[in-house]
Amino acid sequence: MKPTADTGAKQGLSGRRAFLGLAAAGAGGLLLAPGVHLMEVAQAAAPGTAAPGANPKVRWGLLIDTTKCASGCTDCVQACNTENGLSGGTRPTDAQWIRKVELKSIKTGRSASLPVMCQHCAEPPCVDVCPTGASFKRADGIVLVDRHSCIGCRYCVMACPYQARSFVHEPLADQKPEVPRGKGCVEGCTLCVHRIDKGGAPACVEACERAGHHAMLFGDLNDPNSAIAKRVREVATMQLRADLRLDPGVRYQGLT
Amino acid sequence: MKTLRRRDPARRALAWLLLVGAACGGAAVAQPTAASRVPVPVIEKARGEACVAEPAFMRLNHMDLLKHRRDETVHRGVRDPRSSLKGCIECHASSATGSVAAAPTDFCASCHSYAAVKLDCFECHASKPKASAALPAGHPAVTRVAGTK
Repeated sequence: MKPTADTGAKQGLSGRRAFLGLAAAGAGGLLLAPGVHLMEVAQAAAPGTAAPGANPKVRWGLLIDTTKCASGCTDCVQACNTENGLSGGTRPTDAQWIRKVELKSIKTGRSASLPVMCQHCAEPPCVDVCPTGASFKRADGIVLVDRHSCIGCRYCVMACPYQARSFVHEPLADQKPEVPRGKGCVEGCTLCVHRIDKGGAPACVEACERAGHHAMLFGDLNDPNSAIAKRVREVATMQLRADLRLDPGVRYQGLT
Repeated sequence: MKTLRRRDPARRALAWLLLVGAACGGAAVAQPTAASRVPVPVIEKARGEACVAEPAFMRLNHMDLLKHRRDETVHRGVRDPRSSLKGCIECHASSATGSVAAAPTDFCASCHSYAAVKLDCFECHASKPKASAALPAGHPAVTRVAGTK
């Protein structure tokens, strides 16, 4: 399939570029935090033509401030369900694109509440394992499922360390016009790609903002002037399971 | 696999032969109407001024246009509202059912059942246009209207 070949070639190219950039950075004696050098190299090396659609210079990301995320608050989850037409059920067979997770340190007793959704990895394992190319990463870093070519094998569900993918077990009706969903396909958080393409922000972020929590920040990690890039530069943030070196686009503040 | 099945070359050739034959036949082959004994699909008149292409072209090529658009949109994020499935539905939704595929007489369902071509777009895609009237409570537009009253 042609689009798959194209995507594969691009990913291969960007991977090589990132490696070469990393090698150059190493040779120059630059010591940067993990993840930071990759972004800056990608930004410097990206070819500059403003084509319509997903911009390869952009890396969409989320920053979640767990110190402002209240235990028991599910505003973001509800907004996601409403926006994408999910049932809101929490049975193992219900699709959940975003979940609230409670973490508690056994040693200190400190607990934190945080939403976990698709982490939109730079090196997504779901894309690696997909046998049909249905699971793919868009040029702007959003990891999506192309339901037209998804065969519902659920390899990606197994591969995702964040358990961010759901399988639709039963026929659906009354889907949202912007969010096609159907039985037999795997799906997950799209970062509200239909809103982003119109210049908007994900529904969860908007809901969190509207309710006055200000715990979620959405933006372009590659743009040094964006609010999210500034915050990531200023405060200590972390990626979940950073040891897996998947370089997620979702970052958390106040966890450690 | 959820795909619109691409017609094979033999069927395409046959379709062209039939088309050319009909064109050469000229006046001899009368266009079948609802009044004649030949059953024809019921085509409900669409809203909007004109389709994105000539009806004759759309009849033959709508599936290719849709398939092209879907890859452009899903993989590359190119969204042209004029030539999207959502755009089609906005004009062609039935005034009775509000859908293009709910009743057998609705725009898509009518032709597809006539031609015996399975229509699986609407297992995932909404067959109705977005209900613009139903704004959720707390939506900025709703609160603004309530405040001005």
